[in-house]
Amino acid sequence: MTRYLASRFAGMVIVMMLVATLVFVITRLAPGDPAAIMLGDQATAADIAKLRESYGLDKPLPVQFAYWLSELAHGNLGQSIFLQRPVTQALLERAEPTFFLTLFSIVIAMLIGLPCGIIAAVWRGRTADQIFSGFAMLGASIPSFWFGLILMQIFAVALGWFPVAGYGNPGVPLSERLNHLVLPSIVLGVVNSALILRFTRASMLDVLSDDHIRTARAKGLSEARVILHHALANALIPVITVLGLTFALLIGGAIVTETVFGLPGIGNLVVSAVLRRDYPVIQGALLVIAGLYVLINLAIDLLYLVVDPRVKY
Amino acid sequence: MSAAGPSQGANSAPYGGSAAASAASVGVVNMATLAANAGAPSRSPSSLLMRKLFRRKVVLAGAVILALVVLLAVFAPWLTPYDPMALRILDRMQSPRAAHWFGTDELGRDVFSRVVYGARYSLMIGAAVVLISVTGGVLLGLVAGFFRRLDGPIMRVVDAMMSFPDILLAIALVAVLGASITNVILALSIVYTPRVARVVRASTLVVRELLFIEAARALGIAIILAALSLQMVGDGFRDLLDPKLRKAL
Repeated sequence: MTRYLASRFAGMVIVMMLVATLVFVITRLAPGDPAAIMLGDQATAADIAKLRESYGLDKPLPVQFAYWLSELAHGNLGQSIFLQRPVTQALLERAEPTFFLTLFSIVIAMLIGLPCGIIAAVWRGRTADQIFSGFAMLGASIPSFWFGLILMQIFAVALGWFPVAGYGNPGVPLSERLNHLVLPSIVLGVVNSALILRFTRASMLDVLSDDHIRTARAKGLSEARVILHHALANALIPVITVLGLTFALLIGGAIVTETVFGLPGIGNLVVSAVLRRDYPVIQGALLVIAGLYVLINLAIDLLYLVVDPRVKY
Repeated sequence: MSAAGPSQGANSAPYGGSAAASAASVGVVNMATLAANAGAPSRSPSSLLMRKLFRRKVVLAGAVILALVVLLAVFAPWLTPYDPMALRILDRMQSPRAAHWFGTDELGRDVFSRVVYGARYSLMIGAAVVLISVTGGVLLGLVAGFFRRLDGPIMRVVDAMMSFPDILLAIALVAVLGASITNVILALSIVYTPRVARVVRASTLVVRELLFIEAARALGIAIILAALSLQMVGDGFRDLLDPKLRKAL
């Protein structure tokens, strides 16, 4: 176990080094100069050169890379060129909507996907299965921006139950801000529940045909106990994998949904940073997102140990 | 092959593929026995697969819709009443009506024409990306799964690529490469190749541990490749078709 963890951490360090290099190379290869974009059309060449110098952009790329890495080693993600604040602070300011949106979406997706998937598997081929499997197919094919706009039209514009878009100022109470997240969470929850439903159903079907299920039934256990205890426990591994990957994906910002609902989340931050060539923000945000992804993957693998005693590392 | 009718064949001779007898190579004989064991009639396996696939109504419905979209995209110039780029400011923001089936956008462009032309790009980009990323991913995955030494380096890069959110990576790549259809295809292929590579590597690892690979190794590298690729194609087909079939149920 210790050896496994050690090798996993070594692998994570290598992956993060690769990510840092990739991020740096990609952002610097992009044509466009943040100083020129920031100062606009009226700027003189001297002004632009001065601004470039103040952010160290005039130095050779290897020097910039080495400097960035040494700052990273001290936990410093650098200074945003446009936002006039440290990248860490910019990320933290944008983290709240993304974090809660991720959390709510995952909970909704699980609440729909798990029970419906189990029911569809148990009553395979019957009406319930056809309805839920049809729903899964629909959920997987509906574009999230369209679904978002429809929900907005019905629940925000026509009924006025929820705000149309935006997130509210930091000053307003948390409940007010979270109210803005209801519709986007439903969108992401429903869209992501499709995959969870299908994996739960497929995995349950596999397990339900196993010998030990027949044994459990023959033993006289109640059907509910057979399904929820004996079958579900064995069917969970692939479901956990999908859940974890969905979680990791959402943490990186649901860019489309954030844009539709005007949420100032991480995804929005990175997209505007790319458009403005705000190198430190792009680099810092992608690095943090990639790091979270790697950590979540490790957490999933460790969770297997808890869920399934047969798994050993 | 054309001899077998569409409805008969269930009771045709078990050793229908008599071509195997004339072939001397080990691999071909193997394949023939496999086919005979599966009780396959003397029809090419791909046509059998198609028949089984299209027997499902949902698959058939999906195929018909897809065919319609492809036809729309191919014959776009003859089917669209307007130029998708033409601006008619006076007709802007119209709701769907006889003159404009899907209405018009904020610049007065006909939305139906734009959707039909848009399908051209979507289909083209989708097909190209799948082709490129599957080719690249299968190659990378095979190499990583089969050659232990290259496994670590290749998979670490794959991990690094996969840890980026895919839309952000694609946006960043397009920003680097410049916005054009070729570059969109390139960017998306770079994003999706690692996913394919990971799946292919996993099944390569499973297959290479099988006993017959051990046996084949004793016989020589050519046979390893033949056996491995056959198995991979089979696995790939199952992986590709399985979720769809399950979805269809």
